[in-house]
Amino acid sequence: MSNLFNIDIVNPEQSFLSKDNVFEVVIPAVEGEIGILKDHIPIISFLKPGIIRVFSESEEQNFYVEDGIVEFKDNTLSVLTSSIFDLKDADKNFVSESISSAEAELSKDNIDDQKRFLLNHKVEVLKSISIN
Amino acid sequence: MPSLDDLRKRITSVKSTQKITKAMKMVAAAKLRKAQENAEKGRPYSEKMNNVILNLSKSITDKENAPKLLVGTGEEKVHLCIVLTADRGLCGGFNTNIIKKAKSYFEKIISENKTLKIITVGSKGYDQLKRQYKSYIVENISFKESKNINYFDADKVGKIIIEKFEKNEFDVCAIFYNKFKNVITQIPQEQQIVPLNKDKNDKDDSSNDNDYEFEPDEDEILSNLLPKNISTQIFKAMLENSASEQGSRMTAMDNATRNAGELVDRLTIEYNRSRQAAITKELIEIISGAESL
Repeated sequence: MSNLFNIDIVNPEQSFLSKDNVFEVVIPAVEGEIGILKDHIPIISFLKPGIIRVFSESEEQNFYVEDGIVEFKDNTLSVLTSSIFDLKDADKNFVSESISSAEAELSKDNIDDQKRFLLNHKVEVLKSISIN
Repeated sequence: MPSLDDLRKRITSVKSTQKITKAMKMVAAAKLRKAQENAEKGRPYSEKMNNVILNLSKSITDKENAPKLLVGTGEEKVHLCIVLTADRGLCGGFNTNIIKKAKSYFEKIISENKTLKIITVGSKGYDQLKRQYKSYIVENISFKESKNINYFDADKVGKIIIEKFEKNEFDVCAIFYNKFKNVITQIPQEQQIVPLNKDKNDKDDSSNDNDYEFEPDEDEILSNLLPKNISTQIFKAMLENSASEQGSRMTAMDNATRNAGELVDRLTIEYNRSRQAAITKELIEIISGAESL
């Protein structure tokens, strides 16, 4: 019995990643990280800024996402996101730009708590990326 | 009868026009391939998005409190129409077809005494609509600067729509664009995006009764998802539109090149004839002059 399942990551422009040999995926869902293994019950959730970790037999891949929706059904995990990049080819300038724009947004007074939480989280994640 | 010189000039001018249309056709053909590829690549995203929304809306039990973007405001007074056209002309009936479709919809709205609001995306649509419907146009967006169609542009339009919806500025929203069928056929489409058309749900209600787990609850996911869906739909429309535009331009330019060829042939025959006529005339003059001596 194999314990592998499929993952499809799509962004609006194209299909970003499609694999059929992953055994675990960790996604930064809005209420905390979820680790998904084979035969997980069907789930729909959305993402907060964070890192998707895809574990396949041969390698581990990490992607930064800003937002998106995940659906798990029939052993296929679909991730819909408009902003994603592989941590391996992360652009330093882009990361630092994103941090500063998020911080600028944070310094505004008229943002609600939820947004503040998300932005804070985003800055945190991005900073952890730029250190590595 | 035009003189020989005039004819020669005309032939040269038609020939150079033909060169231009031929070049445009080839450029359009190259761009078409890319646009088509992009449209195909973008399809999985919007399909998956639709699926998720379908599954979500099925599991919503409390219809009364469902997000308004899904079920509508309960009224149908103010209609917002997004007309997506190209930024350039010379593409056959492409822009005109969308406008025609949109206009018949506008007339229906106006005759029913409802309020009409128009947003045009792409400068050609604005040019054609401003004569007749200037007072209804609330916004005019153009993405001339962006070389390729990207999601950010679509998202900008989507955000404008959401913003207007939250301010209760409209009840129903429809988009107009050309659906790419093949190079020769593009079908003008009218698609309602707010509230979402739900006739699809009724059809395959029984097919998948998956019990999903939701985190957080359905309502929250839906209210997060629906605005994204609007941007996605617009993005899809923009991709279809760009493929259609190139296809339409290609056929139009192909026709123009062929027409120019025919015209050149006809003009050449006319040129040769009148040259021959002039020679014959001169000969007759010489002969009859010699005879009279």
